[in-house]
Amino acid sequence: MRMEDRNSLLERRETAQQALSAYRCRILVCAGTGCIASGSQVIAETMRKLCQDLPNVEVECCGHVPHIGIANTGCQGICELGPLVRIEPYHYQYVKVKPEDCAEIVEKTVCRGEPVERLFYESQNGKTCPKPEDIPFMAGQTRVVLEHCGNIDAVSLDEYIAVGGYDALSKALFDMTPDQVIQEVDRSGLRGRGGGGFPTGTKWKQVAAHTEAPVKYVVCNGDEGDPGAFMDGSVMEGDPYKLIEGLTIAGYAVGATEGYIYVRAEYPNSVSRLHYAIAQAEEAGLLGENILGSGVTFHLHVNRGAGAFVCGEGSALTASIEGNRGMPRTKPPRTVDHGLWEQPTVLNNVETYANVPNIVLRGADWFRTIGSDNSPGTKTFSITGSIANTGLIEVPMGTTLREIIYDIGGGIKGGGDFKAVQIGGPSGGCLTREHLDVGLDFDTVKKYDAIVGSGGLVVMDEHTCMVEVARFFMSFTQRESCGKCSPCRIGTKRMLEILERIVAGKGTLEDLDKLEEIAEFVRKNSLCGLGKSAPLPVISTLKRFRKEYEEHIVDHKCAAHVCEALKQYKVDPDKCIGCTKCARNCPVEAISGTVKQPHAIDPDKCIKCGTCLSGCPVGAIYVD
Amino acid sequence: MSLLHVTIDGIPVEVEKGTTILEAAERVGVKIPTLCHIKGLMPDGSCRICTVEIQNRGRSKMDTACSAHCSEGDAILTRSEAVVKARRGILDMLLSNHPTNCFSCPSNGECKLQDLCYEYGVKETSCPGEMSNRPVDDSNPFFTYDPNLCILCHRCVNTCHKIVGCGAIDTMERGFESVISPAFGMPWRESNCESCGNCVAACPTGALTSKRKQNYRPWQVEKKVLTTCPHCAVGCQYYLMVKDNKVVGVEAADGPSNHNTLCVKGRYGSYDFIHSNGRLTDPLIKDRSTGEFRKASWEEALDLVASKFQAIKREYGNGALAGFACSRSTNEDIYMLQKMVRTCFGNHNTDNCARV
Repeated sequence: MRMEDRNSLLERRETAQQALSAYRCRILVCAGTGCIASGSQVIAETMRKLCQDLPNVEVECCGHVPHIGIANTGCQGICELGPLVRIEPYHYQYVKVKPEDCAEIVEKTVCRGEPVERLFYESQNGKTCPKPEDIPFMAGQTRVVLEHCGNIDAVSLDEYIAVGGYDALSKALFDMTPDQVIQEVDRSGLRGRGGGGFPTGTKWKQVAAHTEAPVKYVVCNGDEGDPGAFMDGSVMEGDPYKLIEGLTIAGYAVGATEGYIYVRAEYPNSVSRLHYAIAQAEEAGLLGENILGSGVTFHLHVNRGAGAFVCGEGSALTASIEGNRGMPRTKPPRTVDHGLWEQPTVLNNVETYANVPNIVLRGADWFRTIGSDNSPGTKTFSITGSIANTGLIEVPMGTTLREIIYDIGGGIKGGGDFKAVQIGGPSGGCLTREHLDVGLDFDTVKKYDAIVGSGGLVVMDEHTCMVEVARFFMSFTQRESCGKCSPCRIGTKRMLEILERIVAGKGTLEDLDKLEEIAEFVRKNSLCGLGKSAPLPVISTLKRFRKEYEEHIVDHKCAAHVCEALKQYKVDPDKCIGCTKCARNCPVEAISGTVKQPHAIDPDKCIKCGTCLSGCPVGAIYVD
Repeated sequence: MSLLHVTIDGIPVEVEKGTTILEAAERVGVKIPTLCHIKGLMPDGSCRICTVEIQNRGRSKMDTACSAHCSEGDAILTRSEAVVKARRGILDMLLSNHPTNCFSCPSNGECKLQDLCYEYGVKETSCPGEMSNRPVDDSNPFFTYDPNLCILCHRCVNTCHKIVGCGAIDTMERGFESVISPAFGMPWRESNCESCGNCVAACPTGALTSKRKQNYRPWQVEKKVLTTCPHCAVGCQYYLMVKDNKVVGVEAADGPSNHNTLCVKGRYGSYDFIHSNGRLTDPLIKDRSTGEFRKASWEEALDLVASKFQAIKREYGNGALAGFACSRSTNEDIYMLQKMVRTCFGNHNTDNCARV
C-alpha cells in the first residue's frame, strides 16, 4: 500500500512492530552468499517443512494462533562457520548447521526454547558461546552499517521499517532542507569508503552547486572487484533498503531525481534483492514520484556490470552505464561536474551511502564519536586467507591490525605465524608484523605504501611466498588493465614477465632493478587509479621482503615451498632402503642408484612430477 | 574573467580558465609532442607522451599537457630531466611491443613513433618481452591493418566515433591483449566500416596504411597540389600527391567543408582517371555512315547538340526535354544546367543524382 504522508510511515511501523513481536519464535537463516554456498537454503527449506508439520502452529501467519517465522537474513558475519542459524527470541546462534540438525533444533529450541548446545560456537579457549555477542569475532565489532544485517529478513520492507528504517529519510524530507542534509554529512566527516577517502560532504556540495544542470545523477558503485573483498556485496544483499534509503537522501540533498546502482553481475543475490527492494519501496511510496507526499522525486535503477575490474573507477563506471566500453578518461572535467551523460554526478560507494541514514538520524556529532579524528565512523572489512575466522566485520576506523587479526579474527589458521596482510586488494600493499599496532584509517595506512581501499584484508602466514603474491596480483591487474594507456597496458605486462621469471628460478639481480624502475614508472605515468596503484604490491613486497626475492634469484630457493619450479625433490640417504621403486617409476629416468644403496635424484633431469614422492614405501623422498 | 598567469619553459603567458597546458604552450610557440591527441576532441590521454612537469607553490607534479588545465602561478617545464625520463620510459614501453623492421614499413619516414624515438634517443627497448602476434587484416580493398604495429593511441577509434560518426572500430580484449578491431573481431571488410580511411590518415604509425602507399615512399612525393575534390558537390579540399609528374595519392586538407576528412570516393577513387588511357580528351562525334567516332572541335560538338535540342523541341514540344546533372558536377555547373533547362528548354524537368 502506498504511503502518502509521514504519518502513514509511523502507522506502518507500529503495525510492523506488532507483527514482529507476535511471533512466538523466529528462525533466522543466514542467506549471505557465503552461507548460501555452504547450503543454508536447504536448511531454511528443511526448517520450513518441519515447522509446518508441528501441531497447533502456523508458519508465517499474522493471526492469533501461535506462529513462527522463518527469515532469510543478510550475512550474520562469521562466514567461516556457515550455515549460520539464529533463533529468536532466545538469541541462540548455531553454527555449521547441517540438514540433519534441523529436527533437533525444531524439537528443542523452536518448541521448547531449549538450546542445542553442540551447535554453539566454541572459542579457541574452549568456551561455549550461546549468543552471537559471546563469540569473540562478533564481540569486538561496532556495527553501524551492518546493524541490521543478519538480524532482519533481508528483503522485507516491513521489517526494515519496524527497526527504524526510513526514519532518516522522513526526517530529511520533512525536517531538513537539502542544504542542511549536506551540512550534516559534511560535519560528520564521512569519507568515501570505496578507498579514496574523499570527503563525501564536499562532493555533495559540488554537485548541489550545479543549479543550472537540467538533470543530476546519484550513482552508487557496487562493482566490488578486489579479490577477497565482499563487504559491499554483503550490504547490498543483506540490507538493501538501507542502501536505497541512503541513496534517496543523497538524491534529495543534491537535487538529483535519477539514481543508478552499478552492481557487478557476479553478485546475483545483490542484483535480485535490489530489484525486489526497489519495487517494494516504489510500491510503498518511498521511492519514485512524490515520496511520502513530500513532492520529492527520486527514481532508482540497477545496472549490472559485465565483470571488468576497471569499472570500479568512476569515469569507467559511468562510461559503462552509458553503454560504452568501461575505460577511464582523463580529468578534468571531474565526475561532479561532468559525470554520467555529462551531467553533474555524485558517485559514492555502497558503504558510504549506507552510512548516510544513521548520520542524518543520529547526527554528525554522534558519528564523530566513532573512529579517529580524520576518519570518523566505522569501516567494514572482509577478512580472508590464513585466518582462523574468515568473515565480514565492522570496526571503528583506527582499529589496529592486531585487534582485527587476533581479537576478532582469532589469529592465524592452524596457529602459525603471521607474516603479512594484503590490504586494499591488488591496488594496495602489504603490511607486516611491524605494522600490527598501526591503526587502520585512510591517512595512517597511506604512510606505509598501502591503502585502506574498500576493505579487503587477505591474511598471509609463513607458508605464503611474497614473490608469488606479487606475481598473483600483477597477473590480476595486467589482465584487468583496460588497455588504454601504455604505462599500465605494457608496463604491468613487463613487470609480470619479470616476476614470472623470478618464481621460475630464472630471474637475475638486474631484473630486480628493472622491476623497481618499471614499477615507479607505471605508478607515476599511468592514466587512472588502477594503473597508478597496480605496482603497489610489487613496491611494498620489494621493500619489506627483498630478501625473499633475492633468495629466489641467487639461491634458487622459495622458503615457503610455494614456487613449483624452485622445489627440489631429494632423497634422504638415511631413510632410503634402495628398493629401486622410485628409479623404475620415474618417467624421465632422473633417479639412479644401485639396489639396497641410497638413490639420488638428478635435479637437471627431474620434472617435479611427484611420482617418486607418492610411491616411496619408506617416505625417504622429500621436497626442499 | 580574470586571466591566469603561467610560464612555459620560463616564457610567461596569460590564459583563460580552462585552458589546457598544450593550448597554452602552442600560444607561445613551445612544441609538446603528442601521439594520441586530436585537436578539437576531448583529450584521450592514453599515450602519455605529452607529460610535462608542473611546479607550483614549492610542489612539483607530472601530468599530461593535453588534459591538465593551467592553474594560477604554474611554472610548466616541457623538457626537464623528469619529463625527458618519463617520455623515454613511454617510448621504451611502446617499443617493447613494436617491431623495428622500419625499412619494410609503408610508414617509414612519416611515423611519429619513429620520429620521437629518434628525437629522444631511444634506439631499442630496455625491457624486451612478449610481443603481439596477430594476423594482418588485408580484407579492406583500400587499406591494410597490421595490429602488431599498433600503439593503441586510439586516434583511429576517436576519429571513427567522434569525427566520422561511424563507430566501426573500438578496443577489444583487456590488458596486454587489448587490440583495436571491428566488432567481434570480424574482418574489416565485413564490418560496418565505410572505408572512408580517416582512421588511416589519423594513424601515427604503420598499423593502418593505405594500399596506394605501395606505389611510393613519403619522401618521393615531389609536390602537393591543393585542389577541390571533383567527386561531388560538397567541395572537399585535398592535396594531390605528385610523384614523377603523376598523381599517386591524396591527403585531406583543412577545407571549409571537410576539415581534414574525406570520404571513400574522395580519398581512394576520384583521381585515377587522370592518367587513364580510356580518358576522353576531345569531343567525339559519331559518323552515321561508318558508325565510328571522330574527333571534333568543341564549337562543332556544341553546335550539333544545340541544334538537336532545338529540333526535338520543335517537333515534340517543350516537355520532351529534360536535364539531369551528374553528382560529380559542382554546384555552379548544376545551377547553370537547371537555368538552361528552364530558359532554353522551357520546362522544369531537371534534377541531379546527388543523393549521397
